[in-house]
Amino acid sequence: MFIPVEAIPPSFKGFTLILPAIAVGNVAQLAVDLIVSTLSMKRVGYMHTDCLVPMVGPNPYATSAEDAGELHTTAEVYRDAEKKLAVLQIRSPLIQSRSRKFRKLLVSWIKASEFSRTVVLSSSHAYQRDDQQLKGTPLRYLVTPAMRTASGPALAELGWVEMERLSPYPGLVEAEPRLSIPGGGVTKGLFTDGCQEELCLAVVLVFCSEGDNVPDAFTLVNHLNEWLLLVDNDKRGAQKWKVPGSWRLLFGSSHPPSIF
Amino acid sequence: MATFFGEVLSVSSRAVDEDEEDENDEDEEILKELDETREVHLEWYQSNSNLMTDTNLIIAVGRNAASFLSVYVLTSASWEAVGHASLSNAGSQTICGQTSTEPACVFYRKKDNRAVILCQISGYIEEDLQFQWTEKVLGCFKQKGLSVTVLSDSPVAEYKNMDHASSSSSPFLLCLQTKSSTTNPQCPLLEQPNIFTGIQAAVLSYCQVNQIPAVAYQCYSDAISPDSITMDTYKLAFTSVGDIKVGPLPSADIINKFIKTNHIQSNLYI
Repeated sequence: MFIPVEAIPPSFKGFTLILPAIAVGNVAQLAVDLIVSTLSMKRVGYMHTDCLVPMVGPNPYATSAEDAGELHTTAEVYRDAEKKLAVLQIRSPLIQSRSRKFRKLLVSWIKASEFSRTVVLSSSHAYQRDDQQLKGTPLRYLVTPAMRTASGPALAELGWVEMERLSPYPGLVEAEPRLSIPGGGVTKGLFTDGCQEELCLAVVLVFCSEGDNVPDAFTLVNHLNEWLLLVDNDKRGAQKWKVPGSWRLLFGSSHPPSIF
Repeated sequence: MATFFGEVLSVSSRAVDEDEEDENDEDEEILKELDETREVHLEWYQSNSNLMTDTNLIIAVGRNAASFLSVYVLTSASWEAVGHASLSNAGSQTICGQTSTEPACVFYRKKDNRAVILCQISGYIEEDLQFQWTEKVLGCFKQKGLSVTVLSDSPVAEYKNMDHASSSSSPFLLCLQTKSSTTNPQCPLLEQPNIFTGIQAAVLSYCQVNQIPAVAYQCYSDAISPDSITMDTYKLAFTSVGDIKVGPLPSADIINKFIKTNHIQSNLYI
């Protein structure tokens, strides 16, 4: 359930929504962190639901001592009116038995809010790629029929590669190729629901392995930026993303000096 | 993290198994039915227990926090049990000297100030029930004037910090509060990248979205079972709660009662 921070609910009509799927290496959540932090987006609401494991913490995007103590919750919605952009950040895992309920909740919220398009960021196991996927870029995209009509050949013109439909039994020609996103969590379900409900939805994903997934997050968000132009390129063609303070100590506390 | 040498841990992966996405309708029905059996039941012994306004609700969750209530608060003032919550997983991991038939979550009310309610959670509430527990329990109280304080504990190993001097001075108390809370916390605020999970997180989330003033105090301790030094740290949190007198350090007999029952049998030095 979406609960606005202020008494007057914000309007999302015609906005682009970006949301992460909880998947391998949390790449999508890291990428969303970079977007919210760089654009200094304003928190406008909470997604309060029993489908996600509860967690709270201090402000992950704190810029000063005053706002550092602000309480932030499991799933929150951020908004940038100028860029007509909304972002849903999800910070904890989904409760497995409620995954379908969560997808329904998202789809009905997306419809009710009248977003013009939705972009789901995701990741998939690098080790489960087949031979053709091993070559070239690790980035893939998927679009629903409604999105294909709306955006036309824009994504293909950028040189993006569409996610391949794979044969479930390699070598057997008769088997019908099907979409498979191993390690992608709700990605496939959300995409299928999006097709059925005629949502204007795209999935942008990267193949990765678990470990230090910060470089994957930069790869994904730079790739997304080619399409949505969220931040300007500098002279050398690189983007300036702002890493949030909450990324400190990703691998735990430092070593106690007394052990050496 | 392993708690003793040689412990075998099942490592949880952040990746999600693709096969689980391919559920058919039958699987979905079974999952739904299983999910429906996961229930929190509340029982109030008197019908008007929760109709007060300006309720001051104090929730203690975790071994040290629950024992702190038993040792310092419930013995030092006159309290009566007014209700309990039972969970479909009740009976597992009870502490505080309770037998497994006793409810894992009990509500007490102060006899001379009916607006003060204590909630002692001595069992573990599983992840999928935490949200429901919070909705049901907090939904029982009138929102007008409601304020919530949560006492909880966590192993110090969970605390992330660059500065080792501060994490070695355990036990220590850190807090987080909702936007509408105006109290001046008696301890430092939790800093990034640390987070709260569990009931304390569910309660703070509920209070944040419903604009209820709430503060959660978490004690980071390196003791495996409740001890008097760790319990002592919660006294600091109670100075801002008001109208509850925390008794002086009780007699050794009372402390022993709660600490002995939690004695952990180690097989390392048989």
